[in-house]
Amino acid sequence: MKEMFKLEGTTLVILVPEELDHPVSDWIRKEAEKLAGRTYIRTIVFDFSQTQFMDSSGVGLLMGRYRSLGMRKGCIQATGVSSHIDRLLHLSGLHRYIEIHRAEEEEKP
Amino acid sequence: MKENTNEMLLVFDSLPANEGLARITAASFCTQLNPTLEEIADLKTAVSEAVTNCIIHGYENQIKKIEMKLYYREQVLYVDITDHGVGIMDVQKAMEPMYTTKPDKDRSGMGFTFMEAFMDEVEVESETGKGTTVHMKKTIGR
Repeated sequence: MKEMFKLEGTTLVILVPEELDHPVSDWIRKEAEKLAGRTYIRTIVFDFSQTQFMDSSGVGLLMGRYRSLGMRKGCIQATGVSSHIDRLLHLSGLHRYIEIHRAEEEEKP
Repeated sequence: MKENTNEMLLVFDSLPANEGLARITAASFCTQLNPTLEEIADLKTAVSEAVTNCIIHGYENQIKKIEMKLYYREQVLYVDITDHGVGIMDVQKAMEPMYTTKPDKDRSGMGFTFMEAFMDEVEVESETGKGTTVHMKKTIGR
């Protein structure tokens, strides 16, 4: 199994599981906070390429991490974003604060 | 001709692990109406929001029962999710986007907004000290 948390310099890459709901979001938040207590993290990349389901708990997780990293432009990135997740990020207004990269097969030419 | 109708009731403990159970059960019941993948994704998110609300807000993380009733009349799916918890003091306020009573817990305050975005109708019935029922409705396969 691929590592869920990967540190690349000061960037933390989180491989988000298939379902990002309330219990999973709580767990990722705790793990991310533990890591942040041990090492300096400047950017968090949420890799959504495996993710099929998300709800507002996932939005809360991203918002919380954005605040914890000092609300800097580009400090939170979301990659491999499907159309359903993209819709949630736009509805919640998060697209104004974080960098979103759509999943490759869905990117417009 | 006989009306195409079906009904089910699921009662479960207010454990976060049961959020997945509730939305998969709802999705599975809905497949009888031949939905699109997008309609299934919408329904799962809406159910997840309502059940999370029961757990975090209605019961404030105490373990009690949540009831989920699903039924359809022809292509219209109805979902009623009930807790017998604290109730909502100001429903209108609770439904405002970004409004949350628990910002410290990384709650986004988007729960009701998502339910309203993904279902055709959302109605909240609540009484302080008695509990809350969220009624949702969605026409499938339009």
